[in-house]
Amino acid sequence: MNPYAVKLAIRHLLSHPGQTALLMAGVALGVSVFIFMSALIGGLATLLTLRTVGSIPHIVLEMPDRDPATLSPNAHKHVVLQKDLSRRDQIAIWQPVIPIIEQTSGVTAVSPQIRGSAFVERGQTVAPVGVIGVMPGKLSDIANIEAAIVDGSSNLPADGILIGSRLARDLGLRVGQVIRLSSDRGRTRSFRIGGIFTLGIASADRQAVYMNFTTARALYDLSTGISRIEIKVEPATDAADIAERLRRSTGLKATAWTEDNAQLFEGLDAQARTGTIIKAFSLVTIIVGIASAMLLSIVRRQSEIGIMRAMGASNGLVISIFVLEGTLIGFIGAIVGAVAAWFALLPLPPVTEVSSGGLPIDRQQGDFLLAITLTTLAATLASILPARRAARIDPVEAIGA
Amino acid sequence: MSAQAIFSVSGLTKRFAEGEAEVLVLKGIDLSMTAGEMTALLGPSGSGKSTLLTILGTLMRASGGTHEMLGVDLMQASEAQRTEFRSKHLGFVFQFHHLLSDLSALENVMMPAASAAGRETPAMRERAMELLDAVGLPDRMNYRPSAMSGGQRQRVAVARALINNPVLVLADEPTGNLDRQSADQVMDLIRSINQTMATSFLISTHDEHIAAQCSRRIELLDGRIIRS
Repeated sequence: MNPYAVKLAIRHLLSHPGQTALLMAGVALGVSVFIFMSALIGGLATLLTLRTVGSIPHIVLEMPDRDPATLSPNAHKHVVLQKDLSRRDQIAIWQPVIPIIEQTSGVTAVSPQIRGSAFVERGQTVAPVGVIGVMPGKLSDIANIEAAIVDGSSNLPADGILIGSRLARDLGLRVGQVIRLSSDRGRTRSFRIGGIFTLGIASADRQAVYMNFTTARALYDLSTGISRIEIKVEPATDAADIAERLRRSTGLKATAWTEDNAQLFEGLDAQARTGTIIKAFSLVTIIVGIASAMLLSIVRRQSEIGIMRAMGASNGLVISIFVLEGTLIGFIGAIVGAVAAWFALLPLPPVTEVSSGGLPIDRQQGDFLLAITLTTLAATLASILPARRAARIDPVEAIGA
Repeated sequence: MSAQAIFSVSGLTKRFAEGEAEVLVLKGIDLSMTAGEMTALLGPSGSGKSTLLTILGTLMRASGGTHEMLGVDLMQASEAQRTEFRSKHLGFVFQFHHLLSDLSALENVMMPAASAAGRETPAMRERAMELLDAVGLPDRMNYRPSAMSGGQRQRVAVARALINNPVLVLADEPTGNLDRQSADQVMDLIRSINQTMATSFLISTHDEHIAAQCSRRIELLDGRIIRS
């Protein structure tokens, strides 16, 4: 870098401090918008993802579909497959699989479960429910049921169940009451309601019934096997990759949460695109602002540029001076904007603690470095054309010789 | 070109387009100058003085003829070569000082040398201080142009023209914007430099008083030299 060009560029900036400060403030504002949008879009995506995946398994392992094999693979023949839906697919040998899953990188919780359909009867009222039999100590591995208990306790004795608050409200049930539950295997048992939970997910609060693993085994005639293995991973966005690894290592059918939430991803994508457009506009504003300011500066300094050219200054030197001037405005403005944005976002709570109606801003996703880099690059680009114009100034015309 | 000649032009012409018409401003100039000469270029407005000075200063190309200086054919030289040549061998003083407003007097004097080198060096600084001393402004080195009088600014401009030890200084109405007292001070300075440093000066003027202080006079009328 030409030290003399740096010196003259700095002198130009210092010669009109008010105008320079105004320009840098404009750039800083654009950078703040850029960072704010990045933090907001990122925070919103995090919040939606957290809320979506917070109480659901990230990966579900089940027995693979067992379609009957066709005897003839000839493509010209029509083959009719018939499934026996009365048979329950169970993971018969599941204990050896658990350590494999637990040792898979990214996996944070593993919950073998027995699942089945049932009816809750209370007087004349019957409600369909989904039974979830969980192993001791694993009640809150997938959905944090213990934290969601609004009445009673989360203990699960052999005759105890936990039900959702909507189901309790619909059937007028309270903690301590005894209800009859009939499984789709024709088994009927009475249970005492030990606790009522509110997860905030309507389907779970209306239909989920948690019970002891051993009790569920008896209710669904599963002497040794289990229905499925539910898994939590970190980060949740890696679920698809981890599911694929688990499918290969266990031979089970692995379904990641992302497969069932494509709409969420479309929404997040659209949101990210909107953010990109707003960020692009703030960069364009910076470019236009700096280019205009540089053009004005060049018009004002026309005779000075002319005299420099007359005294032997090369085109390269003149271009360097004005490109450096624009770059310095962009860089310093970007730093000021980034620092201002950092302090402005500092008092906002983290996404995990944002209250209803609050802005889910994630400062870590503010793209501070990217904003500074892009703005400095944009400022450099914005200065190139005006600087080339300065280098083309005819000294004779500029000096009026 | 004679042995001592620093430049020589022959049959030099310059045309300007004005709309569809062409105006011939210089109509075949034959001229040379020897080292150490102090020459006045006289003529009324529109006679072609400034155009000739601009061409001799390599700021503009002639339309025809030859232009050689220090053995270099400046008609054939590229723009980059002409810029480098100008920086090394020529100095300029204009009617208006054209000092850079953001630089001090000392920095303005260093500017042509620093532009070529890409940095200011201690040697440049020392030379610029000597020159400012020589033009009588040792106490104004750190002054900005806005804090100096017209005469002082023009003296800084003369010092600036000398920073690269040019063979020839082209001065276009160097006192045209000054009062008589300041004009005399600047001319005394130019004469003194011409005598002590043996730098050649070609001074465009229409002031007989200025011309009388030069060792040679060339008169231009309607694009032609009528007396040399």
